[in-house]
Amino acid sequence: MQGTAHDILPAERPTKAPLDPHLKALENEAIHIFREVAAEFERPVMLYSVGKDSSVLLHLARKAFFPGRVPFPLLHVNTGWKFSEMIAFRDEMVRRYDLDLVEHINPRGAAENITPFTHGSSFYTDVMKTEALRHALDAGKYDAAFGGARRDEEASRAKERIYSFRTPDHRWDPRNQRPELWNIYNGMIRKGESVRAFPLSNWTEVDIWRYIQAEEIPIVPLYFAKKRPFVERDGMMILAEDPRLELKAGEERQEDVIRFRTLGCFPLTGAIRSTASTLDEIIAELETATVSERQGRAIDRDQSGSMEKKKREGYF
Amino acid sequence: MSSTGFAQSASSDAASNATTAEITAFPASDAQRHLRDTRPLRLITCGSVDDGKSTLIGRLLWDTKAVKEDQAVTLRRDSGQQNDLGLPDFALLLDGLQAEREQGITIDVAYRYFSTDKRSFIVADTPGHEQYTRNMATGASTADLAVLLVDARAGLLEQTRRHATIATLMGIRQFVLAINKIDLVGYDQARFDAIAREFRELAVSLGVRQITAIPMSALKGENVVLDGRASMPWYEGPTLVEVLEQATVRSGQTVGFRLPVQRVSRPGESFRGYQGTVAGGSVKPGDSVVILPSGMVANVAKIVTFDLVRNAAVSGDAVTLVLDRQVDISRGDMIVSLEGQPQMGLHFDAQLVALQAEGIQPNKRYWLKSGTRRQRVTVQPVQKLDLQSGKWVAAEALAMNAIGKVHLAFDEQAIFDAYEANRATGAFILIDPDTNNTVAGGMITAKRSSLGGLHQEDARVILSLPADLAEEILASAAFAARREEVDIRRVTAAKAAALLGDLDG
Repeated sequence: MQGTAHDILPAERPTKAPLDPHLKALENEAIHIFREVAAEFERPVMLYSVGKDSSVLLHLARKAFFPGRVPFPLLHVNTGWKFSEMIAFRDEMVRRYDLDLVEHINPRGAAENITPFTHGSSFYTDVMKTEALRHALDAGKYDAAFGGARRDEEASRAKERIYSFRTPDHRWDPRNQRPELWNIYNGMIRKGESVRAFPLSNWTEVDIWRYIQAEEIPIVPLYFAKKRPFVERDGMMILAEDPRLELKAGEERQEDVIRFRTLGCFPLTGAIRSTASTLDEIIAELETATVSERQGRAIDRDQSGSMEKKKREGYF
Repeated sequence: MSSTGFAQSASSDAASNATTAEITAFPASDAQRHLRDTRPLRLITCGSVDDGKSTLIGRLLWDTKAVKEDQAVTLRRDSGQQNDLGLPDFALLLDGLQAEREQGITIDVAYRYFSTDKRSFIVADTPGHEQYTRNMATGASTADLAVLLVDARAGLLEQTRRHATIATLMGIRQFVLAINKIDLVGYDQARFDAIAREFRELAVSLGVRQITAIPMSALKGENVVLDGRASMPWYEGPTLVEVLEQATVRSGQTVGFRLPVQRVSRPGESFRGYQGTVAGGSVKPGDSVVILPSGMVANVAKIVTFDLVRNAAVSGDAVTLVLDRQVDISRGDMIVSLEGQPQMGLHFDAQLVALQAEGIQPNKRYWLKSGTRRQRVTVQPVQKLDLQSGKWVAAEALAMNAIGKVHLAFDEQAIFDAYEANRATGAFILIDPDTNNTVAGGMITAKRSSLGGLHQEDARVILSLPADLAEEILASAAFAARREEVDIRRVTAAKAAALLGDLDG
């Protein structure tokens, strides 16, 4: 039978300028990793956090398997404390691209009233993110999970493999990682074991933004500067839109043009003062930025080496 | 006389004044050809903590502004001290894992990212200790260029030879010799020239032609990103970053088209596409291709990507091929051009690096993965490399960190190019079926015929050549691939004549 595909391939796509060779090389590498994992594992899943890196990851997955559908579900580990704009955006993506979404919220959160306000960010993250992720992966019997982590993000990630091996209880042993040579990945595991696969390992934050711009990838509007209400707390600007945010003594609602460099749980994610409201302006701002993107994240600041500790315990 | 870094065919001045490191920097034509290539350059840094490796990488990141203020603040908080120049302790920035900080050593390969306005860079940062050959091999496997670091006070060390040998073995053909701490020898040009000359001889013996030697002080930031002219007016060559900006990214060597099939895409009855990353050559619709190992022939009907139906795909492109007829193709097969096909057979020769404590056991059955193909293999070690002398010695098994020559025997047809000809289709890993761990990284050298191998091992020719001609042959790629089969003695013309006379007599 002839391999014609008129019924599947769109007749015309608007032609864009060809990608910069640097981004093209990164894109090729990521697509290769997606296809390799999809071919070698029985039950892959893609962790989808709704942030900008996840948006790039999703775009690359769609490219990798075109003209087919993305051949695995997206897993969103929700804490119940995400920005509401993130959830709306997520649901729109799922609808627009015909995706399978699995959402998991750790029931302990509601049962034991574990919130970012009542518990320290360390314990809260432990239960609502790390433990929740472990439960969700176990429940789905997933043997491979794609993540959007990049090696330039944080010191302990610099040594992360592209295929990162995890024990049946999801532990990462940084001292005992499999060597990874060329682009030949070892996907052999026993029952219960799994890998985390990182197609964006070699991307930097600037690469992510340039790619979003070149490929016109939709992202959550919170990344763009706008006049928004916030309160100052622990040196961070916390968005004051969610009714569950209660003002403490001495705190007051302010308003200014702000945006977010990373997105997570709204009570733990600090905004930055910025007027960058377009991709061009964000990239320009980034190129002159003097602080790293994780600076606004409470969980990284608890103690040095805290990311490594979380990763060993199964955090992404 | 002015001295600059040299990056030229070593043969050109091999016989000329041996006290001059003569320079032609990178040929202008090369620089122009790669000017528009913004693909990231991957490099590996080799050297020990004592040579100032962490300081060098830290300096690269710092002076290209890849380190942000909050990271520097964390560093200052953790180290509680700064060096004389008010910079943070770079080693802390690099040694990311808590376990390492506690022990004060680097234990694995880490990847660093920085960029200039011309290009971006991925640095594989590997430790210099002898027992970590495996890490260096891992970092070198994807690198286009190696930066070898030496302390100007100490000069070349045993370790320098070891690193250069491993990097060459892994296919790296561009070297930068960073002669660091030049400030501690009073910016002595003669010292720089002597070390550069010694290294050039080593590199030539390894078959490496593209070498740049740079005098630098990583601590003071001289000739790393910014030039060190104020302290070293005698040096007119490029800074490290300038060399890196102009280096060549290796890709798609000049063999035929190769597409290792990753998966078959069948979203509906009407579409069947073969997905993979082009591992060599190029292809366009209408080309005839062969499917290996079956040997069936078909024509390319379409090259499909998300963006558009393309009229060509080149090495490195992740594509979906649609063929003009129904053929039986599955993951692990390779779609190749009619001309210049890879080698197919049950027996191959290879070199490999043993990566795990259990080493490589003779006659054990391993999994071999190359490209997308995974199959059973039996490994027979033949020789191992003595890194001290650079000579191959007989070996029946290979311990961790050993570099060995082996025979591979397959149950089913294997498909390879020689690693020298194509890195992507000549490289493989071995997986231990008992532990599932990756136990070796290997490079195919040749297919073995069933009639006892390609080369008749007994035949030998003794040549007596002028030194300059010999240097030229030593620097050739063909020579580099089989260097270990050659015995070299440097003698005077009179001595050579006498020896050859004896043979005839």
